[in-house]
Amino acid sequence: MFVLIVGAGRVGSAVAKSALASGHQVSVLDEDPLSHERLDAGQSKSWEDSGGQFTVGTALETDALIQAGIERADAFIASTAGDNTNLVIAQIAQKRFGVDKAIVRVMDPARADWYREQGLQTISPTKHAIDMFEQAIEPEAA
Amino acid sequence: MYAIIAGAGKVGRNLARELISKDHEVTLIESSRDCYLANEEEFEHAVQYGDATELWVLERAGIQRADLVIAVTGDDEDNILVCQVAKEKYLCDRIIARVNNPRNHDHFRLLGIQPAVSATDLILRLIEHEVPRYGLVHLLALEEERLEIIELEVSSDAPTVGERISDIALPEGSLIISVLRGRSGFVPKPDTVIEAGDEVLLVLDPGLEEAITAYFSPNGTPAAF
Repeated sequence: MFVLIVGAGRVGSAVAKSALASGHQVSVLDEDPLSHERLDAGQSKSWEDSGGQFTVGTALETDALIQAGIERADAFIASTAGDNTNLVIAQIAQKRFGVDKAIVRVMDPARADWYREQGLQTISPTKHAIDMFEQAIEPEAA
Repeated sequence: MYAIIAGAGKVGRNLARELISKDHEVTLIESSRDCYLANEEEFEHAVQYGDATELWVLERAGIQRADLVIAVTGDDEDNILVCQVAKEKYLCDRIIARVNNPRNHDHFRLLGIQPAVSATDLILRLIEHEVPRYGLVHLLALEEERLEIIELEVSSDAPTVGERISDIALPEGSLIISVLRGRSGFVPKPDTVIEAGDEVLLVLDPGLEEAITAYFSPNGTPAAF
């Protein structure tokens, strides 16, 4: 599977590394060239030597998305720091480039819920944190 | 009319003033605390502090009864989000979005955020109008309705110079609606004769610009775009 990940922060870079280790083709797009270091950290070989692809560019630049390989992506992961950026680029991936599997990190649970109803696969870390806190306070209720 | 405006920067603030002066009800939403406080003195209860891309903030502002939602923050993704949610979740009839970076215009269109207004584009259009480079000026484009109004200068070598309007066989989907000659304009009649130096206004279907230009440029060659 060809996976395109936009946003190589803690989440994006970790997902990129594990996807590559599982044998997928992985391309990462981030506006900050330094974020490449996160992909190399803790690895014996550099990201490119391991077979990964890295492109510097902003998520809303169509040219950067194309350069990063969006046209042949089977899965698209939006994990930049901005909820709204993630929601917009995931829709671009779906509607303009026909990527079937668009997975979006959305911090705000309310927006995550509504956009899930609209057909995006949203993941809300905030919602998970809330659930886990609730379980930690009252373990028997879980 | 009740309008919600996301973003109380220069654009949002001035829009709010205009709408209020025309007796419309307005709520401005601003997410920067400093900017909110600076506006509170003038707008009082009509400005609210919060992130307009949060659903509860929009609901607090009464989006369910809003007739118009205008997103004019400095962030294109935020403007898209506000308008998309207003239109598709809260079924607001009318939305208007500001495009900060003209390169993002396609994204607004793709996601159905129309009209999307780009100040850069508007200024460019004004410059085109003042300084016509190719003899063709886009005066108005109604994207939803698929209509355009353009202005063309008739060059002295154009094939239509000396022709009567009724004899000029323009492509289907185009019509000369006005002729500007000297300092005044008039609606042409079938026997109006086109002169070199006239400026003609045409209404046309999008995509016909090049074909139309050929009628009014030297030796019938299309202008370079």
